[in-house]
Amino acid sequence: MAESPFKVEIERVKKEYSEKMTPGAVVYLPGSSVVNKTGSWRVFMPEFNRDKCVRCYLCYIYCPEPAIYLDEENYPVFDYDYCKGCGICANECPTKAIVMVREAK
Amino acid sequence: MAVRKPPITTREYWVPGHAACAGCGCAVALKLATKAFSEAMEEKYGDPNAFAIAQATGCMEVVSAVFPYTAWKAPWIHVAFENAAAAASGVEAAWKKLGRKGKILAIGGDGGTADIGMQALSGMLERWHNVVYLMYDNEAYMNTGIQRSSSTPYGAWTTTSPPGKYSIGEDKPKKWVALIAAAHQVPYVATASIGNPFDFVRKMKKAAKVDGPAFVQVQCTCPTGWKSPLEKGVEIARLAIETGIWPLFEIENGDFHNIKIQAPGGGAKVKREGGKIVAIEFKKPIEEYLKLQGRFKHLFKKPEAIDVMREQIKAMWKVLGVEVTLPKPGE
Repeated sequence: MAESPFKVEIERVKKEYSEKMTPGAVVYLPGSSVVNKTGSWRVFMPEFNRDKCVRCYLCYIYCPEPAIYLDEENYPVFDYDYCKGCGICANECPTKAIVMVREAK
Repeated sequence: MAVRKPPITTREYWVPGHAACAGCGCAVALKLATKAFSEAMEEKYGDPNAFAIAQATGCMEVVSAVFPYTAWKAPWIHVAFENAAAAASGVEAAWKKLGRKGKILAIGGDGGTADIGMQALSGMLERWHNVVYLMYDNEAYMNTGIQRSSSTPYGAWTTTSPPGKYSIGEDKPKKWVALIAAAHQVPYVATASIGNPFDFVRKMKKAAKVDGPAFVQVQCTCPTGWKSPLEKGVEIARLAIETGIWPLFEIENGDFHNIKIQAPGGGAKVKREGGKIVAIEFKKPIEEYLKLQGRFKHLFKKPEAIDVMREQIKAMWKVLGVEVTLPKPGE
């Protein structure tokens, strides 16, 4: 399983982030919103069945977050730190390799 | 099984952690737009990062730039509601003076483009700045609480066009900003939809590669404002194309006689003459699109309003030079 590319980003943002106000309120850290873990918004979570996946990349294209990244073999991997559980990926998956299940918390 | 390559770059310019609602269609549009833009810049200038973004106030600005964080991994400037196009013009002029290669992307919502930023947009197109203007059209002011804009379609519920005993909701037809932009005779104008992402990416790349101004209007669903199920966002956008509500077309150099129209799919019969689409016979009734959205729920009690809608869609297609037939349910 590939490491989420956003994990590396969090380390970078945490290291470089400073509380100091910048002139003109300019944000100097590109992509710093990765520290906001929006996964807690989720009610249903996507469950991925690797055997059914045909690697059409539709879930990767449609994910609005994007909380889906690709591993070394180009299979989609879900980053549950950010997935808001909208279910677009499960609805668009042509082979039903993704199903939405209620998350037990 | 042979592994296909991903159809789009895996570089991310729109990163997670932004505050968009779950199932936001506009977030899909911006993610794909920036990816397409970076691919085009790589092919044209050899540098995938040779672009900057100016964005008007709107949903996607508010959710992506919650101070002190930003969801953008590209140079990005937020300007007031009305002047995204003007700011982008300025950035473009500065880049020209500095001898920097690249293109500017201006982004505005339908309120920031069709209502408030119309004048700035017209000026930018007319002054021939090397800017792509992307209008993400979610058909109302969703950010401030779903007020009607001039891009709201006929019959839609919004908080300022409530349906009731004497009203059917929004009672005026949708304003087609793409046609207004094409009247400036700019090199490239297109409409796209997140329901057909490959077509959208192709159009964004084409817009990014032309020399001179370009305008792309992309329809994106808003589950909050359209009162639709979260997971149906892309499906609704696809149904809009397949039922004839949302035409996909390209106009180059303001040539209204040679409008390139993309076949809608969804079983629609297309008649061509000399390579041009002249007639489309849709097979899916527009009710299939309307019934998935709570904002059109009241129309099913007044079916005559849906017929008015059908006439408006036919008139819109006639402007594009296409005769369409729209079926009624059960036909």
